[in-house]
Amino acid sequence: MKLNAFFQSSKERSMASIPIWILLALLISLAVQIIWHKYQPVPVAKVTQLSSPPSEAILNAISFGDPVAFSKLSMLWLQAHDNQPGVSIPFRQLDYEVLTQWLSVILALDPKAHYPLLSAARVFAQVPDAEKQRKMLTFVEHEFYKAPNKRWQWLAHAAFVAKHRLKDQKLALKFAKALADHATGEQVPNWAKQMQIFLLEDMGELDAAKILLGGLLESGQIKDPHEQQFLHQRLQELEDKSASSF
Amino acid sequence: MYAIFAITRFTLLEALHNRLVWLFLLLLLIGIMLAEFMGGISITESLVVKTSLLSASLRIFAVFVISLFVITSMVREINDKGLALTLSFPVSRASYYFGKFLGYSFIAFMMVLLIGFCLIFYAPALQVFIWISSLFCELLIMTALCLLCVFTFTQVTTAITAVAAFYVLARSLHAIQLMSQGPLIDPNSLVQTYSIKVLNIIAHFLPDLHRFSPSSWLVYAETSVDQIIPIILQTVIYVSVLTMAGLFDLYRKNL
Repeated sequence: MKLNAFFQSSKERSMASIPIWILLALLISLAVQIIWHKYQPVPVAKVTQLSSPPSEAILNAISFGDPVAFSKLSMLWLQAHDNQPGVSIPFRQLDYEVLTQWLSVILALDPKAHYPLLSAARVFAQVPDAEKQRKMLTFVEHEFYKAPNKRWQWLAHAAFVAKHRLKDQKLALKFAKALADHATGEQVPNWAKQMQIFLLEDMGELDAAKILLGGLLESGQIKDPHEQQFLHQRLQELEDKSASSF
Repeated sequence: MYAIFAITRFTLLEALHNRLVWLFLLLLLIGIMLAEFMGGISITESLVVKTSLLSASLRIFAVFVISLFVITSMVREINDKGLALTLSFPVSRASYYFGKFLGYSFIAFMMVLLIGFCLIFYAPALQVFIWISSLFCELLIMTALCLLCVFTFTQVTTAITAVAAFYVLARSLHAIQLMSQGPLIDPNSLVQTYSIKVLNIIAHFLPDLHRFSPSSWLVYAETSVDQIIPIILQTVIYVSVLTMAGLFDLYRKNL
């Protein structure tokens, strides 16, 4: 009696009011549905290649007037492209030409963003493929020139990747020189501006390093006394090294 | 049998009085304009862009309109005591249910014909026929589901929420299942392991809606008539489940 009351609310009639054919048909159709599902082909994961992005104007139109949010969403989608449902594809299988187009258009939607540059310098440039690494570093360099004082850190990362991963000192020096020449804002730290001096030293270009370091100290750009002392010390070391090499 | 057709007729009359046709024609027009606009700004494959966008938007519109119409019309009928009045005549509950289902199915059929008429200008006739047949099957499942939800919940908000959740889940379940096999899943996490098991159990009770009327059938003409057979079988099975569950609820209801 109590069990019956538990299953039956005041708005419901008893189970006996249901014709038996309905109960039977319900059970049979439910069983058939389960069996049917069991014999359906299982979902198969398919790798989809990255396709070229639409133009910035089209993406702007479909962002419903909020390009920044759309840019963030697109960046997350792009980043997760290697983890497609049911399958993981290595970054090196991506078409880096198309990837660069996507990064450019995402950055164009939100020019203040750092995410696409970070992804290029630190994520997509980690592939064991020198040509693809160079593509990413070239992209960072290209975008750096558009706002050097705001994007300097990504070119500094690119210089690091060029020197230590690509083992291409000339490319690293090119980036370091671009930093010194274009990232001249006060917010850019001195270590970034001085990067080319230390790279020249590593490359054995001691005279060039000496000239640059001496010029930097004489220009009066270095205000911090500790830093001045450190750089004077480095200049002395360079001179000693240079003298001992003759 | 006469009672079933009488109820079907009144359901169709209600749809006419509700200006459902005008609403659907307006949505068709919006869909065509949207597709034409997007096709116009595409650099290449403009017909493909138009066809895929039009078919996808019309499918959503059709599901949206039929679901809203069935739920609101049935809830009003229950609240206005129309259901009680009909059943006071010598009409069985099953006849009432089948009459209603037949009426709504006929409305779905008319919608599908209108959609087919629009699509015939964008894709080959045979592909359009196969695609709209599949869409009709999808609408039949949604109609049966709406009827079940109305008799179970008897409230518009709850019924619509349940129908929307069902539709989203049934359309995306295969993708969720694939994701659950992905490398990001931690095999040592109990929560994730059990969530996947629950998901796989739920999948047994849902229709594979992602196989129904994909745009690729129209765009790439990549289907044949025999591909519709499993869809029809799935529809027959699932509509039977939903109809019997709906009848179960209707027979238990104390009017």
